[in-house]
Amino acid sequence: MLAENELLQHPGFTSAAELTALPALRVVQPDGQANEELLSRVSDEELIAMYQQMLRVRLFDRKCIALQRQGKMGTYAPFEGQEAAQVASAVCLANKDWMFPTYRDHAAAMTRGLPMQTVYRYWMGQMDGFSVPDELNILPPCVPIATHLLHGVGAAWAARLRDEDTVSFCYFGDGATSEGDFHEALNFAGVFHLPVVFFCQNNGFAISVPFARQSASPTIAKRASAYGMDGIRVDGNDAVAVYLACQTAIHKARNGGGPTLIEAVTQRFGAHTTADDPTRYRDQAAMNEEWRRERDAVQRLRLLLTSKGLWDDNREEQWIAKVGNELVNAWEEAVAKPFSEPIEMFDHVYSKMPAHLEEQKKLLAGGGLA
Amino acid sequence: MAVKQFIEAIHDALQEEMSRDERVFVLGEDVGLRGGVFRVTAGLIEQFGEQRVLDTPLAESAIVGVSIGAAANGLRPVAEIQFADFIMPAVNQILSEAARIRYRSNGDWDCPIVIRAPFGGGVHGALYHSQSVEALFTHTPGLKVVIPSTPSDAKGLLISAIRDPDPVLFFEHKRLYRLVKEEVPEEAYTTPIGKAAVRREGDDITVISYGLALHFALQAAEQLAAEGISAHVLDLRTLRPLDEEAILEAASRTGKVLIVHEDNKVCGVGAEVSALIAEHCLFELDAPIARLCGPEVPAMPFNGNLEREYMLSPAKIADAMRKLAKF
Repeated sequence: MLAENELLQHPGFTSAAELTALPALRVVQPDGQANEELLSRVSDEELIAMYQQMLRVRLFDRKCIALQRQGKMGTYAPFEGQEAAQVASAVCLANKDWMFPTYRDHAAAMTRGLPMQTVYRYWMGQMDGFSVPDELNILPPCVPIATHLLHGVGAAWAARLRDEDTVSFCYFGDGATSEGDFHEALNFAGVFHLPVVFFCQNNGFAISVPFARQSASPTIAKRASAYGMDGIRVDGNDAVAVYLACQTAIHKARNGGGPTLIEAVTQRFGAHTTADDPTRYRDQAAMNEEWRRERDAVQRLRLLLTSKGLWDDNREEQWIAKVGNELVNAWEEAVAKPFSEPIEMFDHVYSKMPAHLEEQKKLLAGGGLA
Repeated sequence: MAVKQFIEAIHDALQEEMSRDERVFVLGEDVGLRGGVFRVTAGLIEQFGEQRVLDTPLAESAIVGVSIGAAANGLRPVAEIQFADFIMPAVNQILSEAARIRYRSNGDWDCPIVIRAPFGGGVHGALYHSQSVEALFTHTPGLKVVIPSTPSDAKGLLISAIRDPDPVLFFEHKRLYRLVKEEVPEEAYTTPIGKAAVRREGDDITVISYGLALHFALQAAEQLAAEGISAHVLDLRTLRPLDEEAILEAASRTGKVLIVHEDNKVCGVGAEVSALIAEHCLFELDAPIARLCGPEVPAMPFNGNLEREYMLSPAKIADAMRKLAKF
């Protein structure tokens, strides 16, 4: 076992002490004890629904890693450790709102209703894995880092011009805050007082580079003041704190109160992607059970629910069994659908296929080289 | 029909499309009260208000990125990049996002934006107000790249670009703004993107060009006609997708091809046009394909003598045409 002071010497590890030292909104403590006054703003049903969804996406995440290892899916970006940040934020959005996720935010997208089968197909590399149900405004996951923050601002500008009360909600990580587009997006949203919520999941690492290398400031939330907007730092492993912060920011944005920058301090338990080996840059073994107990959002919410008599082993077992069936059924549906054919490569480059693409498509269809 | 300058034709296209379709709005640096540094958007803020003629922060990636988001949410943004030289911070948004939103969403989303930018030299703009940047974008599938050379094309092509469901880069040679005038129809009309135009019929040599250089080529062709050399001149108008049929037809017609552009030669549009001709009609040719382009230096010099030497001219093009005709 590592002593606490030893643990602190590992780069990038955020200690609970540090989290308390920098002010952060926290409602539920790691042992499940809650600030009852704040907790009373959330209904029991909402708490249970969030917990169920957090457990559901965690099981999905683990299933995806297994499927990737079996060669059934492509490279996958796991989110385990960030369930509270993603689920408790996404539940706050109305259907008409706009969501701008990254490649690690499929827990948030699934919470809003993106079918599990679609997410499987996305990571299988099937072309229709990008398809979002018509009634949901979820953009395809952003991979280039921070570019989508400006799209969120643009969608908010369109809402402003049409006098609609929809909100843009942008997901990004701590690495994205070093990009120029982060600055341009927050500045633009600040100047025009637009209905955007910038939701940063600070998980401490951009692949291998620790947060201290992204920012000389120990907090991202603090940067909000430079853009004339409100900022809040929350314990990203506390679903209730995330929920309250997001709900308030979205309500404010919807009612003309302008943008908010939320920093949800969290961590990813696993690798950056299945192609990454985190032992090369951090001590994974130090992230043991005890370390996790402080941080595991799923466990924390379960302790709270159990202490309130809202959850028990029996319900847990039943829920896991139910999700287990869903994981299998959705996978079976995902592989039962036809896989993308090479010929589909030429579709959707332009609204109308130009002559040179028609020609390449024809050549490929005829057995030749495109 | 009224006689209009190139710049007036662009202004009119914006004004008419904004009147016709309330989803259309312009955004960029100084496009509002200032009416644009060249005054392309003059008077639009008075007519359409500051929300549809949006003066943005000085941030090119934001101008394009916000356009992409606004387009996703149903608007038809026309972004102005003040000088093509300053489009670089927005390149990631253009290549990684605008060009592939349709593709990476399997057709769920589209990106109907227009990015307008004045480009080109010969106006003492020095290193950072003179560049030709088209080749950076013509390489990228998913984009359309348009460079008009006449006022009527400028209007018709800009209206087409605004109504186009795909992202269009619309480069305006700044030297043409007040140099070229012609009769332009009052009403709105579209000129198809992807179609080149024969500007002069001829039988001895073919010149393929676009933008300001096209006008120089036409002047050179006029001179050469007096010398008994008949030149066929093709205006590309759209650089992506190229009008392959028109290029091959123009090349085959005379068997001698000169490609002219102000942008430097290596990997420029002329390289692609030349490769197309070589691939498809090599045996129709009577001479090696010739290219006359800007020199291989990083930018247009500020120094007047050097700038003059950098720029193309009717005389330089005429020389290259004579040489080709004699081959």
